[in-house]
Amino acid sequence: MPAPVRAAMRRRTFLGAAASVGAAAVPLFSGCAHRRTGEDSRPLRFQSLAWQTESVAANKALVAEWNRLHPRTPVQYVQGAWPTVHDQLLTAFEGGEAPDIIHDASDDLADFAYGGRLADLTPLLPDRLATDIPEHSLRTATFGGRLYGVPFLQEPRVLIANRELLRAASGVRVPTPEDPWSWPEFRAAAKKLSQGRQGARYGVAWPLKEPVSATLNLALSTGGRLFHRRADGRAEVRFGAADEVVPRTIHDQVNVDGSAARTTLGMGGSDTLPGFFAGRYAMVPLGFSYRQQIVQQAPKGFDWTVLPAPADGAPAQGVSPQTLSIAADCPRKEAAMAFIAFLLEPANMARLALGDWMLPTGTTALRDPRLRVRTYGWATGTALAGSLHAAPAQSVRGYPEWKDKIATPGLQEYYSGAIDMAELRGRLVEDGNLVLARYQR
Amino acid sequence: MTARRGRTAAGRRRRAAATRSGQYLALLGYLIFLLVPFLWLVSTAFKPPRELGSIDPGWIPHDPTLANFRAAFAEQPLLRSAANSLLAAAGAAVLSVVVATPMAYVLARFRTRAARAATGWVVVSQAFPLVLVIIPLFLLLKAVGLVDSLGGLTLVYLVWSLPFALWMLTGYVRAVPVELEEAAAVDGAGRVRTLVSVTAPLLVPGIVATGLFAFITAWNEFFFALVLLKSPEKQTMPVVLTHFLGAEGVADLGPLAAAALLATVPGLVLFAVIQRRITGGMLAGAVKH
Repeated sequence: MPAPVRAAMRRRTFLGAAASVGAAAVPLFSGCAHRRTGEDSRPLRFQSLAWQTESVAANKALVAEWNRLHPRTPVQYVQGAWPTVHDQLLTAFEGGEAPDIIHDASDDLADFAYGGRLADLTPLLPDRLATDIPEHSLRTATFGGRLYGVPFLQEPRVLIANRELLRAASGVRVPTPEDPWSWPEFRAAAKKLSQGRQGARYGVAWPLKEPVSATLNLALSTGGRLFHRRADGRAEVRFGAADEVVPRTIHDQVNVDGSAARTTLGMGGSDTLPGFFAGRYAMVPLGFSYRQQIVQQAPKGFDWTVLPAPADGAPAQGVSPQTLSIAADCPRKEAAMAFIAFLLEPANMARLALGDWMLPTGTTALRDPRLRVRTYGWATGTALAGSLHAAPAQSVRGYPEWKDKIATPGLQEYYSGAIDMAELRGRLVEDGNLVLARYQR
Repeated sequence: MTARRGRTAAGRRRRAAATRSGQYLALLGYLIFLLVPFLWLVSTAFKPPRELGSIDPGWIPHDPTLANFRAAFAEQPLLRSAANSLLAAAGAAVLSVVVATPMAYVLARFRTRAARAATGWVVVSQAFPLVLVIIPLFLLLKAVGLVDSLGGLTLVYLVWSLPFALWMLTGYVRAVPVELEEAAAVDGAGRVRTLVSVTAPLLVPGIVATGLFAFITAWNEFFFALVLLKSPEKQTMPVVLTHFLGAEGVADLGPLAAAALLATVPGLVLFAVIQRRITGGMLAGAVKH
């Protein structure tokens, strides 16, 4: 008896036994028997993490459009979710049931890439995408010299500012993408925007529930990198003067100047918005996509603007773009890549960017006039697109453990004033390198 | 002497009244603890976005709206996912009662070494964390073709709720006086007849409570459903609720609250309908005892 038939019979026997336990369950046991047949004719499964109304609509519309144009290689839209994607993919890969086309973020790919779960896209990537998406963006999804995801949406961290308070503060220069505030200038501006030592109004509210990525990504603006490669290719943590600028500024704003709210250190970005709308905080450093929530929730007449994040010199910061990957188990990788290429055609990429309130990585999509208007700070964001680089830590093996066990508690304690810079340095470097060493034997 | 006895009785009454007041106070505190999040959910579900962003959010929406409900239904397949949850949860509840009742009877009435070992194993199995079993379970279900099937999910829920259901029902069976069964036996009833006509009616409150527990556990369960179901049309309510969440904890708060409120309705309705039955059954048992 052929093995597949035996397997099918085994399944039927099991189902029969299960059905005898309770007749009520019988109708439930359907929908799995036909899956093994015709593996090549089944639709490619595209798991999207889009969640905002416009973004979900744009993704679904593009899938429908693809299916209309390519009836022989249909794609099925599967809804995933950001908070659970890592665990869900981990189990799905383990069980060989992963989606064919995977929407994720570049900082979540390293373990899947090194673990052989994702297809190397280097030979599959069409020339158009390879030339349209800048090299520094492609590097965000490159691990061990291979490309494991196509970066397509990204967001800089910007300062969302109360324009009325900014105007009223005398002597505060309004920064531009071409001439952002330096970090000392930003600190001085925050002081001027504050009112009262213990805060009728704070100049800035840092939402640092997840302090590590914010600190590390902004550190690029002062030349900090924290993670360095040794000659043998191994990563190590070094905490130099350039790495100190951002954490020291935040620490001093909270603990010395009183220009930053202590209570927001443990908050997520959304949690700071009510205080921002109420005029408790003059500025909030947030991801570019938070503008959508501000548009939705801000009181009528609330006047706000988007400013570039501070930088000592030309603007620069680390990002972990959203990516599209193909599972290593996908039986039709070329077709999957054709779908990705369709999804990332310039007009479509711009559509997805607008839906998510983010920036496209593609240079052609970035020229879309809808992304260059001054309304809601789009023009400021697009002007910053060239300054976004791969987050320094994302290709480092052991980074998640370093982040959770060493850096997050260390930075939280430093920002709250519980430890000093020397103690922070010791933890990040000495304890941190012990963690990294375990992953690089 | 009489006066002293009177004073002692009065003291006892005062102490009893104070104890009773303390109990009611604790109960009130517990009720507030349970009710506040639910009332906040109700309030949020009817608030427009601008009120959600207010620094001074009130309990009662100034400008109540159904827009969050409309958006929730438009953005996610709530009815379909609710139907899936209902199917899996009801299946798990019925099956766990069907399987656990005879097992509980055996464990309660036949106190053999095997029964003690089985009870011990049931208790031990509760100690296994979810993450420990999820991947082996996934591979097992995959091998029998039950991944991405509501039937497979129902089986998992059955297995997951069975130990606790068994433990609960064993307690209920033990509470039924064995003398009642002996009396039935003296009157000539066989074991099956005794079980059906004497023991089972007294177990109804226990069976209902156990079924309810299995239902609510399965209705609220998230992680198994997330991992085991991959087809969008089979996803259950808790999984669909996460689709209102973005990266870094950002949430589409209004529609999420509306959908979460709808997700609590079946549990509330079920409790409201069944609560009287549970209480009634308990009292009936007490009187017979």
